[in-house]
Amino acid sequence: MPVSFNFQQNFFQLFGLPEHFRLDNAQLDQQYHALQTQVHPDKFAHLSEAERRMSMQMATRTNEAYQTLHEPVRRARYLLGLRGVDTQEETNTAMPMDFLIEQMEWREAVEEARQSGDVVELEKLETRLRHEVQLLQELLAVKIDDEHSYAAAAEGVRKLKFLEKLAEEIVSAFDTMDN
Amino acid sequence: MALLQISEPGLSAAPHQHRLAVGIDLGTTNSLVATVRNGISVVLNDAEGRALLPSVVRYLADGNVQVGESAQAMQSEDPINTIISAKRFMGRGLSDIRDTLGVPYRFVDAPGMLQLRTVAGVKSPVEVSAEILKVLRARAEEALAGELVGAVITVPAYFDDAQRQATKDAARLAGLNVLRLLNEPTAAAIAYGLDNASEGVYAVYDLGGGTFDISILKLSRGVFEVLATNGNSALGGDDFDQRIYCWLLEKNNLSALNAQDTRLLLTRARASKEDLTKHAETSLTALLSGGETINSMLTRQDFHVMSQNLVANTLQPVRRALRDAGLKVEDIKGVVMVGGSTRMPQVQRAVAEFFRQTPLTNLDPDKVVALGAAIQANVLAGNRSADDWLLLDVIPLSLGIETMGGLTEKIIPRNSTIPTARAQEFTTYKDGQTAMSIHVVQGERELVSDCRSLAKFDLRGIPPMVAGAARIRITFQVDADGLLNVSALETGSGVEAHITVKPSYGLSDTEITRMLQDSNQHAQDDMLARALREQQVDAEQLIEAVENALVQDGAELLNQAGQTRIRASMDGLRAALQTADHQAIKRAIAALNDTTVTFAQARMDKSVSHALGGRKITDLEGV
Repeated sequence: MPVSFNFQQNFFQLFGLPEHFRLDNAQLDQQYHALQTQVHPDKFAHLSEAERRMSMQMATRTNEAYQTLHEPVRRARYLLGLRGVDTQEETNTAMPMDFLIEQMEWREAVEEARQSGDVVELEKLETRLRHEVQLLQELLAVKIDDEHSYAAAAEGVRKLKFLEKLAEEIVSAFDTMDN
Repeated sequence: MALLQISEPGLSAAPHQHRLAVGIDLGTTNSLVATVRNGISVVLNDAEGRALLPSVVRYLADGNVQVGESAQAMQSEDPINTIISAKRFMGRGLSDIRDTLGVPYRFVDAPGMLQLRTVAGVKSPVEVSAEILKVLRARAEEALAGELVGAVITVPAYFDDAQRQATKDAARLAGLNVLRLLNEPTAAAIAYGLDNASEGVYAVYDLGGGTFDISILKLSRGVFEVLATNGNSALGGDDFDQRIYCWLLEKNNLSALNAQDTRLLLTRARASKEDLTKHAETSLTALLSGGETINSMLTRQDFHVMSQNLVANTLQPVRRALRDAGLKVEDIKGVVMVGGSTRMPQVQRAVAEFFRQTPLTNLDPDKVVALGAAIQANVLAGNRSADDWLLLDVIPLSLGIETMGGLTEKIIPRNSTIPTARAQEFTTYKDGQTAMSIHVVQGERELVSDCRSLAKFDLRGIPPMVAGAARIRITFQVDADGLLNVSALETGSGVEAHITVKPSYGLSDTEITRMLQDSNQHAQDDMLARALREQQVDAEQLIEAVENALVQDGAELLNQAGQTRIRASMDGLRAALQTADHQAIKRAIAALNDTTVTFAQARMDKSVSHALGGRKITDLEGV
């Protein structure tokens, strides 16, 4: 990883965006495209090997920055990191009991749909999950941008991480149904 | 790493004349070469006016090689030495080839990639492909009356790392400078997108002779962004031929045909498949070597029934790609059809039904990939283009490593935009452990045994420590060709053990050299002359760049000793330049690069913070 290649700016600065969780996606896309137009390896293909390698490192970092800001969970984690808050996703497993019970129910529902090959039910679950994720993200925006209550935000990230895993399970259930 | 000169955005470093570059579609069935002439992408024909070069290579006992039509004409007569569809074997082991039924070759199992025994010796699929590329290179150099700066070679989007590496090796073996490996559907999108000035989300459905790809792309103001790709690198027109062939065997109570008869019937099967795109029925006749006559009628309806699960098999990757892109069928504005196999009516109907719209076929599905590749090659070669565009592509399959219990730990997920890198830390599990085995795999499955093994290597020389104290940082870097490079670094003790891994299936430089030596001396002289010229140009450019850098920043960023060291290293390179020995020049270039690493880094930091910090991003827009 081109860690030794050190843009002095963080990912928000790289794209000239304010350090907020709320993000103008169209603006992010626009800035991302503008920056890649400058640094992408396709622009350096006719130059020396050294320049091509440098371009690859810059474009790699630009992609990393974009992915980080584009995906809400990663954006929140990164932003909290900038504020010196560790989201403790590996170490802190103390989740509220009602949340955990809800997770169990979700998982059972997905598993049931998978086993009975019920695509319609799985699509319903996916839609519901998307709605849940949206609610949590809105809460996260309030906690980070408005209230600056980072500890609460870190818990929000941990919850979203659970939902992300659930979304992956739904995708893998769709995949097995295709086979 | 050398000194990067950052020129003003929009200005190229130096004005130069038009540089000759081509796009090559190295297909399973046919290959072709195209270039941009007077701003228009055109396919280059051979002397007889033919655009398509059949991807067929015949090896003769006297060491000569036939490629294209002449080889194809001999495929039934000399099936063992006439290699068709070599693309299906690229980067594949013998165990990967699902059914060797109906394929008359003498396979040789070799580590990494299978080989083929011919009358001219054992050949790898890379060598076979290189023969095709050499013919296209010669065709282009003749048509353009000059030496090529480089070529864009297209690959199926769903090609994994081994298949991509094999393709790049074939191009190197053919003496081509590879500007980029470009995904076939993306190439087609360029040809279509620029032609129609389209905006919105498009699906490219690419069914070739041996591969199937689906790519979902977002086109917006000069940006081609691949959102997701999927496919099957062992599904194509050949499989439809195979279905007809099996039907023929069954219908005529045939079994265990010899190689000639097998090839003959496969050729007839392909002809009838093509016939059925225009007619409701077709007749297949053949005279077998034992004197038996085959005479069967095949209707379109029967062909559709026997091939319907092949068509259905293409829709499964389509659904996955849509899901990965987070899109529904109704989000797709247009569907582009690519590849000769999309001419089959049952394929067109199935795609139209799935996407609920008529697919676009206004560009020739056989040529559109080469045309798009040529447009991209023109830009990559450094020729100015009136409208600049940006291509953002992805890797098709997740990359990971083996962890305890034979499970896969994904490091880079599929559909990540390239270039990309990801690092992961690992630790030792035993006290005093000084070595660690690393197994790199590609694929989506949980079990390592279900994924493609890309490379295995041992990281040695870890200082003995208690279990869990060592910190091994493994970095995956995927470049813009979609090729992987893995490196490992032990950081826990401050002692750095650094290793760069070239995946084991790839050809090493020495292997490439050996293969070149096997071919005739003349070609080798050409290569050496080319290598020397390239090294000389690189050396001169490097010296000039370092000179300029020293003038600009030497005093500010380096102490006296540092400057002296760089000067000495430059003198070494100048001396090497006098020797006309490309290896010596290469070594001296590497030495100078090493000497200037720190300086280059300091300059990078300075210039990048200057270039991007000095003004707002919005100022960079539209440049």
